[in-house]
Amino acid sequence: MLKTFAKGGVHPPENKLSAGQIIEQLSIPKTVTIPISQHIGAPATIIVNKNDQVKTGQVIAKSSGFVSANIHSSVSGKVTKIDAIPDSSGYRKQSIVIQVEGDEWDEKIDKSTQVKRDFNLSSEEIIQKIGEAGIVGLGGATFPSQVKLSVPKGMKAELLIINGVECEPYLTSDHRLMLEKGEEMLVGTKILMKALQVEKAIVGIENNKKDAIEHLTKLAKNFDGIAIQGLKVKYPQGGEKQLIKALTKREVPSGGLPISVGTVVHNVGTAYAVYEAVQKNKPLFERVVTVTGKSVSKPSNFIVRIGTSVNELIEAAGGLPDDTGKIISGGPMMGKALSNADVPVTKGTSGILIIPEGESRRGKIMDCIRCSKCVGVCPMGLEPFLLMSVTERSMYDRTEKERVMDCIECGSCSYTCPSFRPLLDYIRLGKAEVGKIIRSRKA
Amino acid sequence: MSDIVIYTIITVSAIGVVAAIILYLAAQKFKVYEDPRIDKVEEALPLANCGGCGYPGCRNFAEECVKADNLDLLFCPVGGNELMKTVAAILEKDAVEKAPQVAVIRCSGSFEHRPKINNYDGASNCTINAQLYSGDTGCEYGCLGLGECVDACTFDAMYMDEQTGLPVVIEDKCTSCGDCVRACPKDIIELRNKGKKDRRIFVSCINADKGGVAKKNCAVACIGCTKCEKECKYDAIVIENFLAYIDFNKCVLCRKCAPVCPTNAILEINFPPKKERVPKVEDKGVLAEKQADENTNLIELAKKNNDPEAKG
Amino acid sequence: MSKLLTVAPSPHNYGKETIKTLMYGVIIALIPTLAVSIYFFGIGALIVTATAIVSAMLFEYLITKFLLKKEPTLSDGSAIITGMLLAFNVPSNLPVWIIIIGALVAIGIGKMTFGGLGNNPFNPALVGRVFLLVSFPVPMTSWPTPITARMQYLDAVTGATPLGILKEGVKNGEKVSALMDQIPSHMQLFIGNMGGSLGEVAGAALVLGLIYMLYKKVITWHIPGSILGTIVIFTGILWLINPDKYADPLFHLLTGGVLLGAIFMATDYVSSPMSVRGQLLFGVGIGVLTVVIRIAGAYPEGVSFAILIMNAFVPLINMYIKPKRFGEVIKNG
Repeated sequence: MLKTFAKGGVHPPENKLSAGQIIEQLSIPKTVTIPISQHIGAPATIIVNKNDQVKTGQVIAKSSGFVSANIHSSVSGKVTKIDAIPDSSGYRKQSIVIQVEGDEWDEKIDKSTQVKRDFNLSSEEIIQKIGEAGIVGLGGATFPSQVKLSVPKGMKAELLIINGVECEPYLTSDHRLMLEKGEEMLVGTKILMKALQVEKAIVGIENNKKDAIEHLTKLAKNFDGIAIQGLKVKYPQGGEKQLIKALTKREVPSGGLPISVGTVVHNVGTAYAVYEAVQKNKPLFERVVTVTGKSVSKPSNFIVRIGTSVNELIEAAGGLPDDTGKIISGGPMMGKALSNADVPVTKGTSGILIIPEGESRRGKIMDCIRCSKCVGVCPMGLEPFLLMSVTERSMYDRTEKERVMDCIECGSCSYTCPSFRPLLDYIRLGKAEVGKIIRSRKA
Repeated sequence: MSDIVIYTIITVSAIGVVAAIILYLAAQKFKVYEDPRIDKVEEALPLANCGGCGYPGCRNFAEECVKADNLDLLFCPVGGNELMKTVAAILEKDAVEKAPQVAVIRCSGSFEHRPKINNYDGASNCTINAQLYSGDTGCEYGCLGLGECVDACTFDAMYMDEQTGLPVVIEDKCTSCGDCVRACPKDIIELRNKGKKDRRIFVSCINADKGGVAKKNCAVACIGCTKCEKECKYDAIVIENFLAYIDFNKCVLCRKCAPVCPTNAILEINFPPKKERVPKVEDKGVLAEKQADENTNLIELAKKNNDPEAKG
Repeated sequence: MSKLLTVAPSPHNYGKETIKTLMYGVIIALIPTLAVSIYFFGIGALIVTATAIVSAMLFEYLITKFLLKKEPTLSDGSAIITGMLLAFNVPSNLPVWIIIIGALVAIGIGKMTFGGLGNNPFNPALVGRVFLLVSFPVPMTSWPTPITARMQYLDAVTGATPLGILKEGVKNGEKVSALMDQIPSHMQLFIGNMGGSLGEVAGAALVLGLIYMLYKKVITWHIPGSILGTIVIFTGILWLINPDKYADPLFHLLTGGVLLGAIFMATDYVSSPMSVRGQLLFGVGIGVLTVVIRIAGAYPEGVSFAILIMNAFVPLINMYIKPKRFGEVIKNG
């Protein structure tokens, strides 16, 4: 039986063009640019100097706080520059540029491809290893994983949810990972269960990936406590709160974390990275990235070293089409449009989507006709039209009262609006302004 | 028939009398004493409720003026010194003189000087744009050109120049209330002293990138070359983060700095035209040519000055 | 690259629905009703509908262009809907000049004074209709009898509506069962073989329109469902109490403007509440008011008034009745 969340949601065209493409290893680039802030929280502290020699998998920037993550070199070679370099938002951020020389891996890393199932570590040791490997949420939120695994005092996790939903149209990196690295991913899940000291885990997968559901269901028979659950195709099911609701019927309270209903959610990519970190001592320095788009000649899934330029990915997928209008890092619903393709792949890059000129522009903004479609599709039960209009008028106290902070920025409202109103744009503004007000109140 | 008229008159009058009594009693009971001076001060104020004084509206400002022991911290930028004198006279307190100010736009990155490198297609709001990314030009500090400051202006003192894509302040209308300063997400607008005869000199750039980067993205960016700093005899110019800033309290309007600026980032406002050295604005062709020659040298120079490694 | 990339905040994917597709969806849903009314009322229905649509569009164009000095918004199709709905709410023998006045009131007062599409608190077509009803009560309540007068327009033979017969009869103390003999059977009513405004008679066609709009997701079931449900329950209770005095629920559903109102008028986006719970309350309100006006009011029919009255409550409903927020249940419980 397929489950889903109750409220709202949309069903954009799926366009999973690269679903049948086997994950390929992208050749190592000549140089990589590794930003020191690839996660939510404090940027890491650089511990290498210009002209230093580094090895693949070596720590080059250390976690600088509780919510922060280690950054590892993704290649071996010489550090040629430490400078502020424009990231995907166009703002200049501190980054480390490494000139590639060969591919010499750190000695500790086990390079064998054999699946290693057994592990004998305590919960603390696992969490420590995950922290050292610099693992962050690979679904796109890039929240440091070790923080998510450290259950606050007084709370208890009962259930681990592995997010294999991939509800974003076009993206297929998680799908391919589940098919090709299913067993490793399930071992990773076991490790995460141990870290959280829970007995049960559910892998939620949307029904447009039937092959992955079948494959994992077969594999899961050998893993105690892991269940595979098919889900109806509906966006934004991959949102933490929606997934928990779909699988357990529990609602994470407003302003609360999943742990307050006894659950912890991790992405399948994260589970695989955890496997590699714990069983193979391999830190997070490469990830699967989908390169896709209707006009792309060869939609593909690549394993890419962090810091590789997006340009090289596009080249490998057949080059940038002539009619490109937009390049998006991530999926079409929540991804970030790039102003320039010469930016590095980071830990949070799940896909590169190329949208042709004809589809890249928004429609003409018309007046709100109060059709209430945005209210109907909002998975959080908010009123986007109202949030936009009060934010436009700078009535931030009202914006806060209408629960703007609950918004998960899934974009269903803007997607569905027949007047092409920039609902989410203004809601984000409202969130930022209300966030400022809340912080100043606390201070 | 006449009975009806009489009864009607009596009833209506009776209702009137009763209502009047109730109203009178209610007014007595719910009477709130307010200092009559508040009304007087409020009358004198511009009543634009712009918030430039730091209070939500003119009434609140008036209350605060009456309450406060002295007027040192209270100033209505819209009314200026004269208004504050009037207010002080009403309250029999002393007014503080402040130099009149005006808003200046510290960005000259017009379409011509600062080419677009992408198209922005989001909501037409500067803050939303700034939240999303660095903007549609290479300069991450410069004006986004979506006119939030113009919308914020209560006094119609600003407009967007369609030729340049930059906002323009109409000096005569600007009251220095600061609404635009608060509205700008890039902190480009600054309130500066109006200066003698409305003459001002300021660095029309806030780009804190290294000279080479700044210059690449905008022809009129401050590249932090320190030429102006060296020229200034009054210590009015400070360079920080590869960016010059002229302190208007120290500047004596000697006009020495502007001509030495290699990128014309220093603007002189309301001065009579100089006869030599300053290239005329109309001669853009000549200017561009000259700049093209100098550009390479300048970038080198700026790099030299900015790059700590090159220096050492 | 020669061309510049476009940068915008997410989402980068847009649905296919636009104001135009939604409005034309409504128009398509109205076509069966129009066909049925042309079948029953002939040339009159055609003249009335054409006049209403043309004049509504003309007034919208003139007002946007010359009074508001905005870009004319004709192409979105909302004026066509207003015109059609206005026509569907009047008898088929209404003189052209009255229809034009109605269209002017509907577009001019009902819609444009508030700023055009999206801002009107009341359903424009109903504003026009009610204005005509109170200004020209006689022409507005002389209903041509169906089928008999297909080729006649102003001089069509007129008769009473089922609701009129019922109201008059009950007032004179007659039994409902006796009155029903003067009224066509329920099946005939469903097909539309009765006197009435030209759009309200065609029950079957209206339901067809409803199904189409639900299928195309132009509207949701909440408003029509709650209106019809309320009317059935309310009149059902009364009918069970005293079948001699009150007609059965099915009769109430099929006669007068209930179906037209519930399906096309109350579901008007602009003048209905935003949240699902609000929409349900809105529908219940309309249902109750309709029955109250029918049974206790001076007019035999009350759907228009009920909808307009509830339209006035919409801002209040929007203010206080919010959608069920995610994560609220657990927080409170």
